[in-house]
Amino acid sequence: MEKSQNDLSVVESTANVLQSSGSRRNFLRNAGLTTAAGVAILAVGCKKDDPVVTPSGTVDLGSGDVGILNYAYALEQLEAAFYIQVLTTPYTGMSAAETAVLTDIRDHEIIHRDFFKAALGTNAIGALEPNFAAIDFTSRDKVLGAAKLFEDTGVTAYNGAGKLIKDANYLLLAGKIVSVEGRHAAAIADLLKPMTAFFAGDDIIDGNGLDGAKMPSEILTAVQPYIKTKISGANLPTS
Amino acid sequence: MNIFNILSEIEKVDGEVFERLDHVSRRGMFSSMGKKLSAVAVPTLVAGMLNKAYATTPGALDVLNFALTLEFLEDEFYKKALSTAGLIPDTDKPIFAQISKHETQHVAFLVGALGAKAIAKPVFDFTAKGTFADVFSNYKTFAIVSHALEDTGVRAYKGQAGNLMAAEDKPLLQYALQIHSVEARHASVVRRLLNSRGFVPGAKGWITLAQGNPTAVYAGDDVLTQGGVNLTGLAGKSNEAISEAFDEPLTKDAVLAIAKPFIV
Repeated sequence: MEKSQNDLSVVESTANVLQSSGSRRNFLRNAGLTTAAGVAILAVGCKKDDPVVTPSGTVDLGSGDVGILNYAYALEQLEAAFYIQVLTTPYTGMSAAETAVLTDIRDHEIIHRDFFKAALGTNAIGALEPNFAAIDFTSRDKVLGAAKLFEDTGVTAYNGAGKLIKDANYLLLAGKIVSVEGRHAAAIADLLKPMTAFFAGDDIIDGNGLDGAKMPSEILTAVQPYIKTKISGANLPTS
Repeated sequence: MNIFNILSEIEKVDGEVFERLDHVSRRGMFSSMGKKLSAVAVPTLVAGMLNKAYATTPGALDVLNFALTLEFLEDEFYKKALSTAGLIPDTDKPIFAQISKHETQHVAFLVGALGAKAIAKPVFDFTAKGTFADVFSNYKTFAIVSHALEDTGVRAYKGQAGNLMAAEDKPLLQYALQIHSVEARHASVVRRLLNSRGFVPGAKGWITLAQGNPTAVYAGDDVLTQGGVNLTGLAGKSNEAISEAFDEPLTKDAVLAIAKPFIV
């Protein structure tokens, strides 16, 4: 355990180095925690739940609760990669307070990502390759705008996936994470438009005071442009 | 197409349909319906409202009335604060006005879902029997009570999600989650305000370990093991960061113990 933790830190800084030297290759790769940890939570991987990489390179998230956990793992990989990039190439004029907030959020997303990887063990999908070509990382507005989009999308994804989860323990885990994503979304919005209603704005919250909730198919379509690896949620539960 | 014929048909299988609809503003709905909606759209609209306005299982009724108690508390708290001259600085009012709006919407939504089974609004004492004696005259006290109520709300909803997993409760589970994350947004922005106003220097949008006051609101939030996996040292991150990354639930009893001093 000790060794793999060290490996993770090394890999994270390696990713930073690779990124800053211009290489995106293996950007998202992180060392595996011992899969024994994963066994504790996901007793035995059922054959039909096993995610598969198809010959075309498409990553299939799998089915059942494992599929939903892989879906969450994919989203957390995306978020973690985004904030690692944000802190590796800070936008012009990033204040100390903003750096602190963005560093906290980056660390939370890395923790979420590595937690899912550990929890899924051998059922985990591989590392996804992000595509942030459309994001200008030198621009404060563009970076914080993208951060808000990713956080709001995360909240909406977890809220929509809750009803698809069969095991109450996984539902609780999703609940423990989604509220942290909600906290992130509000903090980012507060950086963009301080002292306004934007932290839970009418652009996101509906007339019943409800946050977003969308099915995985919709979310995957929305995030695919930011991920080079093709992801399939075709086998995810729909009810 | 006669809407009342449709409703009386529904009433045969759901005796409380008129009460339910009453809570989702029947007058407003019917007065605007004839003018704005085609006959084709009406049944869809009614079906949609009924779908939203349903809690039938004992578990769901229990969870929703528990949630309603907290929403009543929050709703009245912000209404009183916003109508108290000189309490909230003008600069900060847009934040609390937005929170207040959501709490009012949550009350209406839950009352609509519960229909005749909704509890009556309790009588509140926002000083919590004197603990927060200056809650409506000292902005700092108000802001501290505000963040505590929001963080309690987040933990309360989280703790009840597992009680809404019955097939017929699935829509309610999603609505509860949709309220849950809004409460988290509220908590985050008020916590950031506690820092920027100097009330709780260093306060962040997220909960670090079990730090915070009142202590009962934050008790047990310093968990480092999730899903049976000990996350200590994960990715080289600190215990503080690991605890921040996961919000912990509170049991109904723990929440009621926190809320009790506020209820007369």
